[in-house]
Amino acid sequence: MNLAYRVGSDQASGAPRLPGSLHVNRRLSQWLRIGADGVVEVSVGKVEIGQGIATALAQIAAQELDVAFERVRMIPASTARSPDEAVTSGSLSIQESGSALRYACAEARSIYLAAAAAKLGVPVELLRIADGEIIAASGARTSYWQIADDGLLARNATGTVAPKPAAALDVASAAAPRLDLPDKIFGRPRFVHDLELPGMLHARVLRPVSPFARLESLDAGRTQALAGVIGVVRDGNFAGVLADREETAVKALARLAADTRWSEAETLPDAAGLKDWLMAQRAETKVVDERAPDAQACVAKTLRASYSRPYLAHASIAPSCALAQWRGDALHVWTHSQGIYNLRTDLALAFGVPPQRITVEHAEGAGCYGHNGADDVAFDAALLARAANGRPVRLQWSRADELAWSPFGAAMAIELQADLDAAGAIVGWRHELWSNGHTSRPGRAKSPALLAAWHRENPSERLLAVNPPLANGGGADRNAVPPYEFAARRIVNHRLLDMPLRTSALRSLGAFANVFAIESFLDEIAAEQGEDTVKLRLRYLSDPRAKAVIEAASARAGWRGWQRREGCGHGIGYARYKNSGAYCAVAAEVEAGREIRVRRLVIAVDAGRVVNPDGVANQIEGGAVQAASWTLKEAVRFDRTRVTSDAWETYPILRFSAVPAVEVEILDRPEEASSGAGEAALGPTAAAIGNAVFDALGVRVRDLPITAERIVAAAG
Amino acid sequence: MLLNVNGAQHAVEAAEDTPLVYALRNQLGLKGTRYGCGTDQCGACYILLDDRAVPACDTPLWAAAGKRITTVEGLGTPERPHALQRAFIVEQAAQCGYCSSGILVTCAALLARNPDPSDVEVRAALDRHLCRCGTHNRIVRAVLRAARELRSGQAA
Repeated sequence: MNLAYRVGSDQASGAPRLPGSLHVNRRLSQWLRIGADGVVEVSVGKVEIGQGIATALAQIAAQELDVAFERVRMIPASTARSPDEAVTSGSLSIQESGSALRYACAEARSIYLAAAAAKLGVPVELLRIADGEIIAASGARTSYWQIADDGLLARNATGTVAPKPAAALDVASAAAPRLDLPDKIFGRPRFVHDLELPGMLHARVLRPVSPFARLESLDAGRTQALAGVIGVVRDGNFAGVLADREETAVKALARLAADTRWSEAETLPDAAGLKDWLMAQRAETKVVDERAPDAQACVAKTLRASYSRPYLAHASIAPSCALAQWRGDALHVWTHSQGIYNLRTDLALAFGVPPQRITVEHAEGAGCYGHNGADDVAFDAALLARAANGRPVRLQWSRADELAWSPFGAAMAIELQADLDAAGAIVGWRHELWSNGHTSRPGRAKSPALLAAWHRENPSERLLAVNPPLANGGGADRNAVPPYEFAARRIVNHRLLDMPLRTSALRSLGAFANVFAIESFLDEIAAEQGEDTVKLRLRYLSDPRAKAVIEAASARAGWRGWQRREGCGHGIGYARYKNSGAYCAVAAEVEAGREIRVRRLVIAVDAGRVVNPDGVANQIEGGAVQAASWTLKEAVRFDRTRVTSDAWETYPILRFSAVPAVEVEILDRPEEASSGAGEAALGPTAAAIGNAVFDALGVRVRDLPITAERIVAAAG
Repeated sequence: MLLNVNGAQHAVEAAEDTPLVYALRNQLGLKGTRYGCGTDQCGACYILLDDRAVPACDTPLWAAAGKRITTVEGLGTPERPHALQRAFIVEQAAQCGYCSSGILVTCAALLARNPDPSDVEVRAALDRHLCRCGTHNRIVRAVLRAARELRSGQAA
């Protein structure tokens, strides 16, 4: 999804293949610095987005270097110094950044050991390291901190120093407290929202009233007359205000909005007929995967069902925010983007300046679940900062901007067919899906993928969302290939060639809907055959790790001993994320009253070797709760012209009193490669809930979200 | 205008209809009060006004004047943490942490009036607060832990 784009091209010529991001960022000094002050500075290109990655990477560095965890200081990513690790996405940070850091630190350790050996006149083999102290068998000693010399790491990694074996990992396999939490719990400045620069102005941006609206007229007079307003900016359909104080910027924006006139048209689909609309659009059609198309199985019966999910919003708790400052033609941006280098590439395109003139620095935002408004707001800030005479500008989106203008997770329609033979065995499987592409991220095209670039006087092309190749995890087709051993299968993806609502990467991309569909359909087949749905899955799986998570989740949930109660049901869902990542099975228990209440989610996960078990548990729990919210409540609302779900009242999410109990069992596999955990639980949770609803009510809801109205409609 | 924030008087120069959240963050540098929606729909900016948890985004300065304002910074410090803050760290009860400040403030008010809340009562008290990362259960565990700790501290 991210780094894979570059690996293989940039440095393929002659240089040996190095692990993860080290392959394209070979300089050891880019990754770490050992200081005379007893601190190890670790600099990575992956960023903290609330997932706890900084902590896990610090554990890895501490482990490989043999220093105390507390000595590691994680340096915020910046294009001025950090390795380019493309985008923090796809649950790949432990693989890409973690493996790079593991090898870089192992090599740094050996370089320092050699230096210590020379200094002490002792062979390397007779030295050991304890919290940075380098001690000879004879008792002679020195330390990283005494030897500290930046020159030692000013060289390229060779990848020849093996990191520690799995059995030797104690720090990088145990729960570690998150490094960033104290600031957040004590309310200290930590977020990009909290940055304050000398002379800083506050800005607000005026978004169009609907996705394709045109700004017919704007009268800036009354706004400019407000005390404290520094400027009003207009560039085509893009406009904004600058003020000396934040509350003034807010007031000025309201005034400006009242003094503008827009023209708009009905450009959006009929929300009530979204599935039909998706299936009727112009599309690029691709057979994603096919097995034994010519098999002559004896098909006794073919079952069919179609499923869908609506557009989903990121619905971050914080409105996107950025700071920008111009000094001549040099631009400095502070952002919570997932990809600082990619953002820099698109800013350079948009402003027509060389990337070297732009510094993009990361500062944390609120929880990020994919391509949200972070990049867009950074561009907005940089556009408005051009009117600030060199002063820094802080721009924060409104709640309405955040909910209505961040890219959406794409709506999807899915049709499934299963061929059964006379004995009821599944001998053929067809999965066809319709969806916009699942990524519109910056930094990958010839024109900028930044929202305001579409709205300026000279607009950029509205780039259609695309899908990463299936080999890299896929997009709309992520997890569309079933993990089950069916003799024949055919997977087809129709990527829409019109995009009335901007779509891009939202946590798990197409996997959420594909897994919901596959696992619901299997449940329907099991019901049709009168077979236990867990047994049916196990029968068609060959991978022992897959079977293990299903068995663990169903055992812990008490699947076999389930006591049927009126209005209650249980269900199961399984997937291996991207068919190559973490294995996850979820058992759900629901209670159907006026609306569906999920009571309990029992989850088993196998993410290979685990660096921070509590980090994995937190990600799995969080993913499951978010998926429960998507499954039960969420849909972007719109009429034919405007997005109407632009407040929490119109885009409700699951609240404390409705959140289910969640139990997570981690099946640790220290000898297996680590895989990310952030997105593994989403699809299986949705399916488990849907299946539990069927178990409780005998009603199959195939179109998300599973609301009371949908249940009534499905029952009818 | 004079504001009593975390036990100290502060002079604030701003129009009296200015939402308190901007004065706290930008005039007094108390960034712990996070802005989330501006319309009392998410809970991120909750502060205590006297002993009541209210949204700072929806409280004009004139309504806060003369009252005791407590922000998350006023609950405790790393050196002298509030039992809730200690418990949130022990339980690792956050992911992104943007909702934490408002939740801590509301829970401080809850524990002040109900030292022994049930799981259901904690959830009910937090229903105005949104968490998007899905850390609700960790947060509830942390609040119950803090309540236990406070009760045993008082008993001792």
